[in-house]
Amino acid sequence: MPSSAMPESGLPALQEPPATRSSTSPRSILLWTCVALLGAVAWGVVALARGERISAVWLVVAALGSYAIAYRFYSRFIARRVLQPDDRRATPAERLDDGVDFQPTDRRVLLGHHFAAIAGAGPLVGPVLAAQMGYLPGTLWIVAGVIFAGAVQDMVVLFLSMRRDGKSLGQMARDEIGRAGGAAALIAVFAIMIILLGVLALVVVNALAHSPWGTFSVAMTIPIALFMGLWMHRVRPGRVVETSLIGVALLLLAIAGGSWVQNSSLAGTFTLSPTTLVFCLIGYGFVASVLPVWMLLAPRDYLSTFMKIGTIALLAVGVVFAAPTLQADAVSKFAGSGAGPVFAGSLFPFLFITIACGALSGFHALVASGTTPKLIQKESQVRMIGYGAMLMESFVAIMALIAAATLDPGLYYAMNAPAGLLGTTAESASHAVAGLGFTITPDQLTQAARAVEEQTLIARSGGAPTLAVGMSEIFSTIFGGTAMKAFWYHFAIMFEALFILTTVDAGTRVGRFMLQDMLGNVCKPLGRVNFKPGIWLCSGLVVAAWGYFLHSGATDPLGGINQLFPLFGIANQLLAAIALTVCTTVLVKSGRLRWAWVTGAPLAWVTAITFTAGWQKIFSSDPKIGFFAQRDHYADALDAGQVLAPAKTTADMHTVVTNSTVDGVLIALFLLLVAVVIGNAAVVCVRALRSATPLPNTEAPYVESRIDAPGLPAEPLVGARP
Amino acid sequence: MNTRRWMRAVRWYLRELTGEAEYDRYCERHRHHHPLAPVPTRREYQVLRTLHQETRSHSRCC
Repeated sequence: MPSSAMPESGLPALQEPPATRSSTSPRSILLWTCVALLGAVAWGVVALARGERISAVWLVVAALGSYAIAYRFYSRFIARRVLQPDDRRATPAERLDDGVDFQPTDRRVLLGHHFAAIAGAGPLVGPVLAAQMGYLPGTLWIVAGVIFAGAVQDMVVLFLSMRRDGKSLGQMARDEIGRAGGAAALIAVFAIMIILLGVLALVVVNALAHSPWGTFSVAMTIPIALFMGLWMHRVRPGRVVETSLIGVALLLLAIAGGSWVQNSSLAGTFTLSPTTLVFCLIGYGFVASVLPVWMLLAPRDYLSTFMKIGTIALLAVGVVFAAPTLQADAVSKFAGSGAGPVFAGSLFPFLFITIACGALSGFHALVASGTTPKLIQKESQVRMIGYGAMLMESFVAIMALIAAATLDPGLYYAMNAPAGLLGTTAESASHAVAGLGFTITPDQLTQAARAVEEQTLIARSGGAPTLAVGMSEIFSTIFGGTAMKAFWYHFAIMFEALFILTTVDAGTRVGRFMLQDMLGNVCKPLGRVNFKPGIWLCSGLVVAAWGYFLHSGATDPLGGINQLFPLFGIANQLLAAIALTVCTTVLVKSGRLRWAWVTGAPLAWVTAITFTAGWQKIFSSDPKIGFFAQRDHYADALDAGQVLAPAKTTADMHTVVTNSTVDGVLIALFLLLVAVVIGNAAVVCVRALRSATPLPNTEAPYVESRIDAPGLPAEPLVGARP
Repeated sequence: MNTRRWMRAVRWYLRELTGEAEYDRYCERHRHHHPLAPVPTRREYQVLRTLHQETRSHSRCC
């Protein structure tokens, strides 16, 4: 077996880690001891507080302390021992610099790009739903998951892709694992993206249904984006910063204007049912994918990036200064029983698939193996960009969890349980919440809705409205008081909807490109990126696919989020399993078996949770958990001529039967695809270990770097290129 | 003085992050490779950039 210290390239690289300054100065030791102590004390407070309410600040300190330690020590260990980046080696950005796709970019700028690409609505939604199990399990998973799995995946994939000229995850799977594994990975990526878009769009639908204020302000983002597009393209070409600032100002005006619309005669026009919103979104998705990028997609992306960074910073400030008290239990009774109303199933494995983004998200592997690796200036920067950006996303997830956990549990369940359980009136919802073991009076429920100027907060599942109420509580204690509560609520709704619509736009386009690429093998013209009928056909197919899930979710009597979110979580984590399999295979193939646990351990964990969850979703005999048990339950009732609650009509019963069949089959398909990838990879690893000579290397050849900017010394503030 | 430096840094970062500064680099590059050819105007560059965006896609995660 080759020695573990052999660099992947097999080139005369460093045997010893680069001679960086060893920072064991007394000051550094003191500083890191303090950080460790502070983090440990915060964890102690969080862990030992039983039966008393603690401040959310402890969660923030515990998380930040852990991130700092992990970044300083674990990511450095991965860089020095496992990946061994070499700053004397030219990155693809330098070697292939074309000023467009490949160009060395300042690491701080690239961190911003990468963060904007990986962080969206995911880390905001998952933790809110997972708050059903209490804040402690979620916090532990978010922090431990990101340190040992999520950030590791992002960093290693980024590094491997960078060493391979920015190859995509699918290409790397094919090159490293083989044709079967590669094809399975490609299909899995496409299918997972469709589910993801459907579920995210469902979050928007649930947030905007029957809310004229929210619908108006989100609808206004379309003319605002069109205006920005025209301004940037025709009037003041290329002036992105000023255009974005104008856009943000218009956006704030639109949010304020929503309040006026709500109380005007226009309110009826913007009060839409979920089904209407579904068709609006499907239509929008198609148009956005077909229109030129500069008109809608690009400006919306800028707007979303500005809002993202601004609001997240604001939320961090808000949590620290408002220091809200956590109202939820540390560990709720649903963690053990698995009978929670928000999503069914016990803590293991369902907590770990509900919180994907923020802890471990397979989707990041697509970003880390696409645009970002082509822009890295120096190899050692993968640590800051890959590991660091993921830690930032994890922090966003912690803040979302805090926002949900500071809500009164009664209100939380009144908002997040399925509509079928809660009914439509404040009385029925209050009664249902009491049945779950929590209290909220009908009056309190009406008051809560009135405070944010919504008609109702009952059964506003999907996470976005809950987070918005939590954010409005936090923001209004600092900025503007109760009078501003409704504004902040709709600000938060708008902020999430904006992210999601950006993801929907971009995702539909990515899906269209993938489909065109696949269909191009069958029919040549369809593969051409500027062949209009091909664009329309493929866009239509992609939109129809996610539109199907969106529609079935919005009309599902059992609650679309309740049914589809596990599917989304499993899909996302399975993508992580594929990415970690690729990473582990490369480590083994390149003679680093000794360090293969770095990606192998998270791979084992994610395989365990996804396959357990998938298994339960397929084979569980509990109709609340198992899709096929649910199907049989409802199909038998249909045969007997019964209508089971929460279904109200025979048509509802048929809907449940169809949806559970589709969802069950999909999960089975996903598991099968990932099993193929892992099985194929295992064969390759065994072959690599038995082979006397190393297997062929897929890295780009070594070229000496000419950019003389290793390490941290000041870079001139004149642009990315030195 | 210090505020001014901060403002400059913020402006630099935003221009870089949004890609507004791309044009400056493009011009520099253009002059280097084709010293005699006229440099495209900002408007012309914008058209090129849009064409390029049209044929590429980038993922936005959840």
